Amino acid sequence: MTVKTGDVTPLLSFRGVTKRFGPLTANDAISLDLKAGEVLALLGENGAGKTTLMNILFGHYMADEGAILIDGNPLPRGSTDAAIHAGIGMVHQHFTLAENLTVLENITLGTEPLFSWRRNIRAAREKISSMAVEFGLDADPDKLVGELSVGERQRVEILKALYRDARILILDEPTAVLTPQESDSLFQTLKKLTARGLAVIFISHKLNEILSHTDRVVVLRRGKVAGTVKTSDADRAGLARMMVGEEVKRPTAEAMEPGAPVVRLAAVSCKAGSEAQSLKSVSLEIRAHEIVGLAGVAGNGQRTLASLLSGLAVADSGDVEILGAPGTDDPTALVARGVARIPEDRHATGVVGEMPLWENIISEERRSAEIARAGIVIDKGRALERTRNLIKEFDIRCEGPEAETRLLSGGNMQKLILARVLSRGPRFILANQPVRGLDEGAIAYVQRRLLEARKEGAGILLISEDLDELFALSDRIAVMYHGHLSPARPASELTVGEVGLMMSGQGAEAA
Amino acid sequence: MIGDLLEILLTAGFWAATIRIVSPLILGTLGELICERAGVLNLGIEGIMTMGAMAGWMWVYQGGDLWGGIVFAAFIGALFGMFHAGFTVYLGLSQHVTGIGITLFASSLSYYVFRMLLPTATTPPKITPFQPFAVPVLSDIPVIGEALFTQTPLTYLALLSVPAVWYVLERTPLGLAVRMAGENPVAVESQGIDVLVVRTGAVMVGSAFMAIGGAFITMSAFDAFYFGMINGRGWICVALVIFASWRPGKALLGALLFAGLDALQVRAQQLAGAQIPYQFFLMAPYLLSIAAMVVMARRARYPKALLVPFRRGDRV
Ligand SMILES: Nc1ncnc2c1ncn2[C@@H]1O[C@H](COP(=O)(O)OP(=O)(O)O)[C@@H](O)[C@H]1O
Ligand SMILES: [Mg+2]
Repeated sequence: MTVKTGDVTPLLSFRGVTKRFGPLTANDAISLDLKAGEVLALLGENGAGKTTLMNILFGHYMADEGAILIDGNPLPRGSTDAAIHAGIGMVHQHFTLAENLTVLENITLGTEPLFSWRRNIRAAREKISSMAVEFGLDADPDKLVGELSVGERQRVEILKALYRDARILILDEPTAVLTPQESDSLFQTLKKLTARGLAVIFISHKLNEILSHTDRVVVLRRGKVAGTVKTSDADRAGLARMMVGEEVKRPTAEAMEPGAPVVRLAAVSCKAGSEAQSLKSVSLEIRAHEIVGLAGVAGNGQRTLASLLSGLAVADSGDVEILGAPGTDDPTALVARGVARIPEDRHATGVVGEMPLWENIISEERRSAEIARAGIVIDKGRALERTRNLIKEFDIRCEGPEAETRLLSGGNMQKLILARVLSRGPRFILANQPVRGLDEGAIAYVQRRLLEARKEGAGILLISEDLDELFALSDRIAVMYHGHLSPARPASELTVGEVGLMMSGQGAEAA
Repeated sequence: MIGDLLEILLTAGFWAATIRIVSPLILGTLGELICERAGVLNLGIEGIMTMGAMAGWMWVYQGGDLWGGIVFAAFIGALFGMFHAGFTVYLGLSQHVTGIGITLFASSLSYYVFRMLLPTATTPPKITPFQPFAVPVLSDIPVIGEALFTQTPLTYLALLSVPAVWYVLERTPLGLAVRMAGENPVAVESQGIDVLVVRTGAVMVGSAFMAIGGAFITMSAFDAFYFGMINGRGWICVALVIFASWRPGKALLGALLFAGLDALQVRAQQLAGAQIPYQFFLMAPYLLSIAAMVVMARRARYPKALLVPFRRGDRV
């Protein structure tokens, strides 16, 4: 029996919720409250435990300890059905929609008794369109989800929750996949929702959004609540400090004398497959102790250049020289020469998610004398030891070397890739979008590691869409536009504005 | 020769045979289709059909009535479906390995039980199977009437189950849950429905269909049970599901195509006499089916979560 003492019972409260995955404590005795009509930000680095906490609330996971109260009543554990009936709606970080089914089917699943003779499609369509108008969430109910853009899919996810009369809406990193315009319209929708008394849990690690669109901030760090502040009392630096535990500063490059060339491209042309841009007479030199930044809007030939430099494509004409030998279509040979590859899409081409960490760590040198006995039989003991050391050295947060790699958060997966390639002391590093989708702490970490590699003598090609990053790290910058590459010029002689113009094809040297 | 073949195509006998051959195939194919739409490949089909053929027949042979035999076969099929689901849905084991295991186990068990109950039978004992039933009026239509409407009740059941399965899958909330379980199980869980229950139910119902398909062979097409009776029909059904791109209507088309070729080859054998080895005709429907598969399977749209186990509490 709780005796009410004037205060309102919170709509939702977590009481000492703990969740462990093997030796890893993803949520450690978390307690927090949520009031009706409030937008609560849940802030934390990748892997801090935000999604896990929400998965417990929504009934995907079962907490090991602690309880969740809705209006003061305990919520049954591990049941999404109970969560939905308690008025909780969740927009997952990775959408849970069936692409081959229609919007209406995705929304109405589970809203009618399973054993009834027909689905009430007309009523559903009416309800969806009236909600769409009311909250500014357009969606064509009869379209297949597979045909929708990411922003549209997110609207469908929100409609799914509202269709079931959610009182608490969880949004797990909703803006990570949206354009700035789409984010704005999302915030408009949120305003309309909170005006009707809905409570929102908004997960993000973008400080600007949190500061301007939420009422209160709970910061998670390594599974624990690191602090709770009213948004009006919070500031960027303070939140960042709470999130990471220390001041995060992105590193800056120190001046360094470049050494001998590691990569030389002379008038290289390369035809790409139908969906990628071909290279047109590209010339580029990358030297030791040097980072060359490659700017450009995605799809202007960066991918083809990356394929060429990692042995996945060969030039049609022109000279390619990588670490003293001609280019090749044998990636293994390039790795043996000392090329390190940090691929653009970690999940698709960086790691094999279903394999354990240790297999991913040794995957590029399965036949090396260190790992394989007589080049044939893998010495698992050694591989495990090596992986354990790297986990420690690169601070990869995981269950251990035998854990499945897909379970890692984005930042930790990137650290795994860094560990794999940097531990070999590479002489050329192809870093394709190395910090995309990472949080501040992880970004600073990756950048620091790249700068260290440069100091030790590696030449680095840094492909990025983020001009601030390029200017902070690069010695020289080149711009790619429609398959043409501008000459690389010292970063100190360029401005962000100039590079931006060249990226849109207007700079003098871009053509 | 070509002229003779065309003449065959115009006879009611040919079409009646086609419909007869298609009945067990369509039942098996629908069963497999239901399992796969929920995301579970069921390679136990060959064994479950054998089991259904034995169980239904045995029920009648022991004095039960025909429809009781069908219900019994369906029940046994569902039971084996439950085994399959237990291993693949609840324990997340390989669907291929479990399915082949069920086929080996169920086939052998059928023969074992048959021998155990009838240890001394030498010539296969017979039952009185389902008799053809001429639908009044409709059966008087020339050619079509004789082909479609003078079949056994089990054939009518098989043909009617095509629109029925389509309706349940496409038009009812249950069917939506089944389809969603085969496309994205996490989406099903996120709407408060237990994926494991949905998948298990689908596999059990699908397996019951397969068993009825098997029972058709001993209780409608023939009147006895003997070894090797199913003779690969289960595998044909697995292929037909792909041919049909997981749609009940197309499954019927595919099954008709195969059955038609099969009915045609028997007649073509007689035409050709001894000039062409008869094995060539036996092979023809399979060859042509493979060719059709190659063409159709390219455009097939797989259920996205087919073969993917769902584990509660796994990362979503
Ligand atoms: N199902 C799971 N099995 C094992 N580890 C998991 C699982 N889900 C999350 N983790 C781990 O728990 C930690 C917290 O993850 P998560 O909650 O996704 O972080 P966030 O959402 O804050 O980025 C991470 O280290 C992650 O690898
Ligand atoms: Mg997350």
